[in-house]
Amino acid sequence: MTDSAPHIEVMRSQLGRARGLGAGGSGTAHWWAERVTAASLLPLSTWFIVQMFRLGGADHKDVVKWGGKPVNATMLTALIITTFYHAQLGLQVIVDDYVHGKAHLPTRILVKLVTSLLGLLGVFAVIKLVAAGNRRS
Amino acid sequence: MVELRLPRNSEIGKGKTYPAPAGAKNVRTFRVYRWTPDDDKNPVVDSYEVDLDTIGPMVLDAIIHIKNDVDPTLTFRRSCREGICGSCAMNIDGENTLACLKPIKDIKGDVRIYPLPHMPIVKDLVSNLDGAYAQLRSISPWLQSDSAPPPDAERKQSIEERAKLDGMWECILCFCCTTSCPSYWWNGDKYLGPAVLLAAYRWIADSRDEHTGNRLDDLEDTFKLYACRTIMNCTQTCPKGLNPAKAIGRIKELQIERKA
Repeated sequence: MTDSAPHIEVMRSQLGRARGLGAGGSGTAHWWAERVTAASLLPLSTWFIVQMFRLGGADHKDVVKWGGKPVNATMLTALIITTFYHAQLGLQVIVDDYVHGKAHLPTRILVKLVTSLLGLLGVFAVIKLVAAGNRRS
Repeated sequence: MVELRLPRNSEIGKGKTYPAPAGAKNVRTFRVYRWTPDDDKNPVVDSYEVDLDTIGPMVLDAIIHIKNDVDPTLTFRRSCREGICGSCAMNIDGENTLACLKPIKDIKGDVRIYPLPHMPIVKDLVSNLDGAYAQLRSISPWLQSDSAPPPDAERKQSIEERAKLDGMWECILCFCCTTSCPSYWWNGDKYLGPAVLLAAYRWIADSRDEHTGNRLDDLEDTFKLYACRTIMNCTQTCPKGLNPAKAIGRIKELQIERKA
């Protein structure tokens, strides 16, 4: 009998494993924000689609004029921020589902970084649009 | 990271065929998952041709017949044969259910029988539920009350308070729902799963329990509660017709309510 017993890596009790590190104390805010942003995106996206149809065939001057109006700039910024915030929350859920082990935390951070930067890019584009409108008038 | 293929030792092969006895008229084929830890072989699916005229109407009748009269090595759990013990939970015709409550005539074509999905297998149709039982224990599924009980009587509940427990006390902990949940397949080490969350809500909703806040604290977690993605497989598969998804929704509502 030279065979040694198979090595068992985890001998912790099932209850110890089930309790794990305990409740993290967060989750509700994320879940609720996901729903609120989803509901907010309904009117914001509808507004955006209607505006795009109205601007169909418009030239650069018209678009700059449209973007220079405070209501349009505000709605556009709200749409961009809500979209990318919602994307961040939703992508985090996908990462939690499918990415396990050491890759989990870096992937989570990457999702936050990319969605935040894309959102900032969108907001900056609106600022540029408004600035262009101001320059003309 | 992401696993797209089954591990090599989980790939299922073709097993033996046990033909029906000569002269059998009403024959149905039962394709049953077989695996044993006693050798290093991959799992296989054995085919048993059964004469339905000689057995009872339920899937459990068929597999008891197979074990008694055809192949005594077939391993499965069963006890009450009337849907109250939860032992014979298995995946039949692609859906988790109790073999004792599943009529054979409700199934078209061959009857495919597998163990509850995505759990470690002990043998054949017996899956290891130790982790799920420990998760149940982790939510303290018993009355927690700091007020002393009346010395000469039980703790009282109004009719309305008692009615809130309907649809939850009936759960027999067969774990058909938990093992049908993709979110539990992905994160079963952290997500509690629908059966345990239904049990948790059963105590949150109990008017006699005084630890509601602590119970909600223990569930305030990205995975334990919020890994529920409202896929609803739990409610669809429950052989007792219960609605774990609704209980999970109620817990989420209460989490919002105490924060707002």
